[in-house]
Parts: sequence; C-alpha cells; structure tokens
Amino acid sequence: MSGEDVAIVGAGLHPFGRHEGVSGLDMAAVAARAALKDAGLGWEDIQFAAGGSDAAGNADTSVSVLGLTGIPFINVKNGCATGGSALTTAHAMILAGEADVALVVGFDKHPPGAFNALPEEYGNGAWYGETGLMLTTQFFAMKIQRYMEMHGISEETLAKVAAKAFVNGSRNEDAWRRRPLSVEEILGARMVNDPLTQYMFCSPGEGAAALVLARGKRAREITPDPVYLRSVAFRTRKFGSFEVYSPSIPVEDGTPPTTEAARAAFEQAGIGPEDVAVAQLQDTESGAEVMHLAETGFCAHGEQERLIAEGATEIDGRLPINTDGGCLANGEPIGASGLRQVVEVTRQLRGRAGDRQVPGDPKVGFTHVYGAPGVSACTVLAR
Amino acid sequence: MPELASGTAIADGLFTETPEGPRLIGSRCGVCGTVTFPRQGSCAKCTSTDVEEHLLARRGALWSWTVQRFRPKTPPYAGPEADEFEPYGVGYVELPGECRVEALLTEADPDALRIGMPMEVTLLPARRADGSEAVTFGFQPVAEDEE
Repeated sequence: MSGEDVAIVGAGLHPFGRHEGVSGLDMAAVAARAALKDAGLGWEDIQFAAGGSDAAGNADTSVSVLGLTGIPFINVKNGCATGGSALTTAHAMILAGEADVALVVGFDKHPPGAFNALPEEYGNGAWYGETGLMLTTQFFAMKIQRYMEMHGISEETLAKVAAKAFVNGSRNEDAWRRRPLSVEEILGARMVNDPLTQYMFCSPGEGAAALVLARGKRAREITPDPVYLRSVAFRTRKFGSFEVYSPSIPVEDGTPPTTEAARAAFEQAGIGPEDVAVAQLQDTESGAEVMHLAETGFCAHGEQERLIAEGATEIDGRLPINTDGGCLANGEPIGASGLRQVVEVTRQLRGRAGDRQVPGDPKVGFTHVYGAPGVSACTVLAR
Repeated sequence: MPELASGTAIADGLFTETPEGPRLIGSRCGVCGTVTFPRQGSCAKCTSTDVEEHLLARRGALWSWTVQRFRPKTPPYAGPEADEFEPYGVGYVELPGECRVEALLTEADPDALRIGMPMEVTLLPARRADGSEAVTFGFQPVAEDEE
C-alpha cells in the first residue's frame, strides 16, 4: 500500500423496492446526485467514475443525464461483486494518482421471482437448467442444510435473523420490506427450499447506491467527517469451495471466497474483526448471514446459535449486523447491494443513521458481499 | 436394464448404461487424481490437461439436500407446466474418494431425507427445452437391506 488515504466523502441511495416506470439508469442518476449533494460537490468535480448493473444497462450511459464532462468512466458487470469491483477500481485509480475525486455507482432492476440465469452463461450444459438444477435458492438451502447439521444451528435461529432484518428495515425509510414479522410468522410461512421459508429469502428487486471517494487530503477539505476506506478486497473461488451452479464439487473442502476476501481486507487494514462495531454481511437468505458471520471471522463456526439467541447481532447488541435491514428487507438489486452496504456503514460511522443508529459512537465498520459463481468483496471502513 | 436408445439422454456424455446399471461419466486427472463430473478437459485443481474419462461409483451418501417447492422459471427449466408441477428433491451425493454430485432425487418428502443416507444413481424422465422427452440421471435412496 502507498500509505495514502482514500475516504468516502459522500453517500447516496435511490430507495430500494419496486419503482414502476423508473429505469435502473434513472435510479443510478438519483443515487449519484444524492451522493454528490452529500459531499457538497457537483458532477463537474468528479474526475473518474466506475459503476454498473447486472441487468439494467451500462452505468456510463448515465453521463448523458449527469453531464457530458468527458471523464473516464469504467462500466463494471461482475455479478454480485459489481459494486465491490467498481469500488476496488476507483480506490486503485485514486491510489495510482489518476484522480483525486471519484464516483462509484451500482444499480439494478429485476423482475419479480427467482433469478433465471442461463446455464450456458455459467459454463454448464443446457441439461442443467432444463432439469431444474439452475437455481441459487437450491444452493443456499443445501449449504445451510449441511451447515445446520454440522454446527448445530436451529431453524429458529434462521427465523430470528429474518425477524431482525425486518425490524431494522422498519426503521429505514429507504428499505423495501418495512413491516416487522414475528419468528412464528417467519417459521410458519410457505416453505420455498427446505429449510428456508418465504420470509427467509431476499427477493430480486430494484434500487441504486452511489459513493463519492476522495484522496485523503482532498477529502478533509471536502468534509469534516470523511470515512476512510481502509481496505477493499475482492476474491473469486478456490478449488474445493462449495459454490452455486456446481454440477459437482470436490470431496475435499476448500476455503470459501468470503473467508479469503475478509482475511485480505482485515490484513490490508491492519484492523481485526474484534475492532468492528458495525457490519453488513451478505444475507441472500437468513442462513447466509449465519454462515458469513463465521466465514468472515466474527465468530467460530457454531457460535452463531448462542450469539443470535443473545441478541448480539441486533442494533443494540455487541456486533450489530445488517442495520439497514440487509438484502432481506431491501431486496436484491444485484449491482446495487454491495454499495448499499457501504452507504449504510458510512452513515453509521458518521452518526447519521437516525432511528437505527448503532449506539456507542462506532468507529470501525465492515462490509461483505457474496454471490454467483463464487465471488466475494469486503471492505473495512473507519473514521 | 434396457439399452439406452441413442438420443434419449438429456445430453451426450453425462451417463452410460452398464450391466450393473447406469453410471455417470466423469473425468479423472492423471496428475493429481481429482475427479470431476461432468467430464472436462482440464483439472480444476492442478490445471493439468492430462485427464481421462472415469466412470463414477454408483453409490454414495447424501451430503446435503433440499426440496424444490416452486416451479423454476422457463427458460431454462423445461419440466412440467405449473398445473402439473410437483416439488422435487435435489441433493449432493458424495461418492467416496471421487466427488459430490448434484442431482435430482427420487424422494421429495423432507421427512424421508437425511444427511448421510445411502443413495444410488438411477435414471429419470426429463424434458428438453424443445419439448421432446428425454432421460436424465438422479439418485434414489438405497433400501436398508441392500446396504
């Protein structure tokens, strides 16, 4: 590392949910303007931009709305790591001296219902989709099913994770699902993929998130409360990791990309999981949050059962997780989710999270995204 | 077990008929021994291209499972339409020393599925995207007295 600081000086969202008649690119422009306003800057101040969506178009098309200033704008299309990849790119460009102020944006707009990825796009034969194996929901269900058996996680714990998400979502005006649900309602809901019920899964949705980044010295001129991007790490799967869309996996277990990315992010930052006061972890379904708690290094495998029973991951707990309601309450617009997490941690560290503010003046935060076909990006943020 | 007629299989090179019953066609790395299904031209572990066809064991143990309760979207799913759709079991079966294979299960009752139960490969009816009937592979529980 160069020793240079890179900080977030502005953060903005377009509300998540369903927005008929509003395109993904429109939402991207709204989020970008919100981030610029938060930073007290104009689009003309941005020297570099990166961003993208999985299914809602090329991010750089939004320059025709924001203004044709001629800056380099890199489009990113990298599945669930789209936001993390955009952030990685902007961070590196600032460190490389290519820009002092940069903008990243992630957005998406998906139709209702489960994702229907095509097997050929993931290196599988048509038969894999034709016979009904090409579903992310099956993967998550089988991963947590095995994990529950190996590490003593109960169905009630899965329901508690979802209940927490909806309570947090009810305190977030940008969230999609804002009605709290009881553990009993969640357990009793329609079974989707055993052991996961309807309310334990996030839904594909719509939304956008944007950040303005600046080199440290410039950041301190722009705002009195920059949030430093201490590290951003992005990894793909290694041999032996259990991943979505895999017709077979090895009999030997490998390290998941989440663990690799989290370890690298903490190492680069020189900060450990024990220092983190607020974290956002990929909660595609409630079991994912449980497993990612251990994969990112916040606890030992199996310890989640006790931690969650004690309320440790609630907003007033020892390690608040997914304080904005996570994917469960915000839905999953693939390109936007990773940056939404960073927006939320930025707000928490600045003490601007309103009704869902983590008490005790949090100083260090962490974000983690995970997705198909086995990618993960993590950040460590600090005041 | 009757001979599998040409063109009946949902895809070429996935499985074959043997006197003992159907076998999945995988590949085995000549350098590090890693077994993969379906067969592929290089090794995901050591990157060697010295790989050979390898017929997988017929029996293994259920490593994990779920029940697919909703009809997947078309495309890519080509199974029964909404009014005829029945939930189906899906699992990974660990073939000892080879690999864990993802497959349809003949059992869709969650109370009848448990991690570690013995399973064996079988053939199941399927449908292609063009509507034609085909045969695919799956796993069925092995009766306890056959273990």
